[in-house]
Amino acid sequence: MNRWLKYLYAGGVYAFLYLPLVIVAVFSFNSSKYSLAWKGFTLDWYGKLWQNTGLTSAAVNSLLIAAGAATLATLLGTVAAFILHQYRFPGRRLLFGGLFVMMMSPDIVIAISLLLLFLALSLPLGLPTLLVAHTVLCVPFVATTVFSRFHGFQTDIVDAARDLGAGEYHVFRHIVLPLAAPAVVGGWLLSFTLSLDDVIISFFTTGPDFEVLPLRIYSMVRLGIKPDVNALCVVMMAITITALVLSRKLLKEKQ
Amino acid sequence: MNKAVVELIGVDKDYGGHRALANISLTVADGEFLSLLGPSGCGKTTLLRLIGGFEDCTRGQLLLDGRIMDRVPPEKRAVNTVFQNYALFPHMTVFDNIAFGLRMAKKGTDDIRQAVHQALELVELAGMAHRKPAELSGGQQQRVAIARAIVNKPRVLLLDEPLSALDHRLRKQMQKELKQLQRTLGITFLLVTHDQDEAFAMSDRVVVMQQGRIEQIGTPMEIYEEPVNLYVARFVGDINVLDGVIREQTGSTTFIALVEGAVVRLRSNRALNLGQSIHVLLRPEDFRLELEQDIAQSRDLSAKFQQARLKGTVRRIFYHGATYDVEVSLESGTRVQVTEFFDDDSDNLYFKPGDSVALGWHEGWEVVLPHED
Amino acid sequence: MKTESRFRLLLIGSTYTWMVVLALIPYLILLGASFLERGEGTLVVSGWSTVNYRHLLSPAVFGMALDSLALAAVAALLCLLAGYPFAYILAQAPTRAQPLLLLLVMIPFWTNSLIRTYALVMMLKADGFVNTLLRAAGLIEAPLQLMYTPIAVFIGLVYTLLPFMILPLYAALKAVDPQLLEAGRDLGAGRVQNFFRITMPLTMPGIVAGTMLVFLPALGMFYISDILGGARTMLLGNYIRDQFLVFRDIPMGSAASVTMTVAMGLMLALHYLANRRSGREMMR
Repeated sequence: MNRWLKYLYAGGVYAFLYLPLVIVAVFSFNSSKYSLAWKGFTLDWYGKLWQNTGLTSAAVNSLLIAAGAATLATLLGTVAAFILHQYRFPGRRLLFGGLFVMMMSPDIVIAISLLLLFLALSLPLGLPTLLVAHTVLCVPFVATTVFSRFHGFQTDIVDAARDLGAGEYHVFRHIVLPLAAPAVVGGWLLSFTLSLDDVIISFFTTGPDFEVLPLRIYSMVRLGIKPDVNALCVVMMAITITALVLSRKLLKEKQ
Repeated sequence: MNKAVVELIGVDKDYGGHRALANISLTVADGEFLSLLGPSGCGKTTLLRLIGGFEDCTRGQLLLDGRIMDRVPPEKRAVNTVFQNYALFPHMTVFDNIAFGLRMAKKGTDDIRQAVHQALELVELAGMAHRKPAELSGGQQQRVAIARAIVNKPRVLLLDEPLSALDHRLRKQMQKELKQLQRTLGITFLLVTHDQDEAFAMSDRVVVMQQGRIEQIGTPMEIYEEPVNLYVARFVGDINVLDGVIREQTGSTTFIALVEGAVVRLRSNRALNLGQSIHVLLRPEDFRLELEQDIAQSRDLSAKFQQARLKGTVRRIFYHGATYDVEVSLESGTRVQVTEFFDDDSDNLYFKPGDSVALGWHEGWEVVLPHED
Repeated sequence: MKTESRFRLLLIGSTYTWMVVLALIPYLILLGASFLERGEGTLVVSGWSTVNYRHLLSPAVFGMALDSLALAAVAALLCLLAGYPFAYILAQAPTRAQPLLLLLVMIPFWTNSLIRTYALVMMLKADGFVNTLLRAAGLIEAPLQLMYTPIAVFIGLVYTLLPFMILPLYAALKAVDPQLLEAGRDLGAGRVQNFFRITMPLTMPGIVAGTMLVFLPALGMFYISDILGGARTMLLGNYIRDQFLVFRDIPMGSAASVTMTVAMGLMLALHYLANRRSGREMMR
């Protein structure tokens, strides 16, 4: 009884999560423009997508921001996790609490507060502001992920390294970083995911010069459903899944 | 003999291709303190879990109070376990931890309160009822684990290496307390340990196990003095193993044998054939060690050392406080370890490396085993 | 200074710097702005005022806020009810399979949230997938009106936020010592009692964390209520967005945002208490 029920329930949840995407993918090949009746297989929409430079450039922008923000966030987040675990300094608990609060903050509050900062500094909204905003979004998640990994460390290892003459920089570079690598990579992936998925922060912190995917689609959706967005959905998933598979292979080879 | 509270009949336990328990047959008497002794991987914990209900027998039967326990889940057995890492519920107070079993049995609030406080007194933790496990020391947590189990008045209490996480002194103290507790409660205790001293200190009987099989069951004295094979002999305390051959049978239980190059008299209840290879087992404290020159000078000693006499040279001395060990190299090349007490009259160690010595032993103290090669 | 402590200082200093500049100061600006007032021709009028907060307490706005909280709470509850069993099943799956199973939960996130909302539109509209299926199966005659209803908004919120409930629950479930469950059974608890008395209390921090990660964002997800709910359902996020982009009333929008952070603060306090009760310390 139990086993089949488990499979059924889990399968049901997965179905719920994937079904809409599958439908979209299937109908990206449907030659019917508006209805869901199957009118024949076509790749027209992919062609149309390729020509719709606005959409494709928005997609590329989103990917670039995601990669950039993920990298910056991983850097800052790993440093934050490291100093919180390794060092004692004034305000340490406050810092930890601050990161936690940031992680729990709703996107819209982060978006609005950064918008106000940018306005106060008279910064024009565009790629830099968006990049900063997404980085701020992601850093706490990286920090928590990496910190959890550190938490399971034996401090003996660090002591042993120091006993053998390693200064702090070397401890960080040769001991801590390699051992924390899986969490750091995990943090990067998580950040990439969060950035790519984001709608709200993009909404408030980017400008007309630098358009990203969600905003482009937002205006399109309000005008009715356009099948090349179906195609875009499939392409986005294909790109990101391929990127992930490649990166995992690369990491496995490195080990 | 008290009636049997736990019976195992021909029990096997397989995990995939691996046989964890093989043909286990055991009877545990009501009210006894029984230890399962053996190295890691010998199956003792598996056996305990089987009795507790966390595993099922692959073959054979398990009976509790005469009832077959096939597929009866742990929650329905009148058996309670003290887990190795205590497994105290971190989100509950000491009181709630101990009361848990009683609440599951739907006892009344007043009964529960009384029973819990009684249990706390018994383990000497009165007043700790409102603490959380995280606030207690290791020793205290262990007592809570014990209280939580005994408050349900189980037929059998299973203890899975309960003292292994404690430091040496605390361990010794807890051994005494557990023994006392068992006597007070009269509950059957089944303890798993790899520490021979521990098993001996507390148990009425000991079960020595190896690789899923029972090697010997007996009182601590029986196990120590009359091991049935080399494994048991070696596992429990230090042992000297001498090789020999039977020459003659001189009586129903007496033999003459050539042991390590010397002709000696042996006693054994076993049926041994002429020419059979044997092991002669002797504990370090069973030997009598005398300097050759003393024997030469004393007629009494000469007489005594006629019967059983091996010769050798002292190699090393190890000091142990109350005793000292003398490592002797026999003429045959075999090394032997002898434990001596200090001579009342002298502060100095009587033997020195290089001394020529003779070894004898009290007749009948030896254990003769068929050679295991 | 030695190179070693310079390194240390660099790391600590840089961390503090970006946190102050990019997290603390923006929030202080937000807080400050919430106490300003929008002027007629200008963006702000000088002088502090609590007019925004008073406006929030006015019946119309307060009612909207309460509705929004209720909506988000229901969405969180649905996520909890759907997500807990799933996380439980995941935590009990063969250890090797677990990372993959988790990854499969995350993959839909690699399309944008908006794209997924759009996919839901395809499912729920009058000639969409669900209706087409039901009609083809003969279960209904006329298409169901699913779009522009609260139900659609719920579906959208749960669809977008479910993984955020699953992940903390999964982590909490994995952290439960299996020997505790054995101890429970040893003491007479059946599987059901074991769950309610041991597993659930011990996973309470995970439950609270998951609820926070769903409830708070749900308040702010204006695009879901826009696309799936039409003008009918209004979340706090819609209100804030309108203040900023339609009415250009920065102080008002800020006040509403601050209110949201207060809600967050309350939930954080809850989380802290839940951690304490289950006997866990977050940080030494």
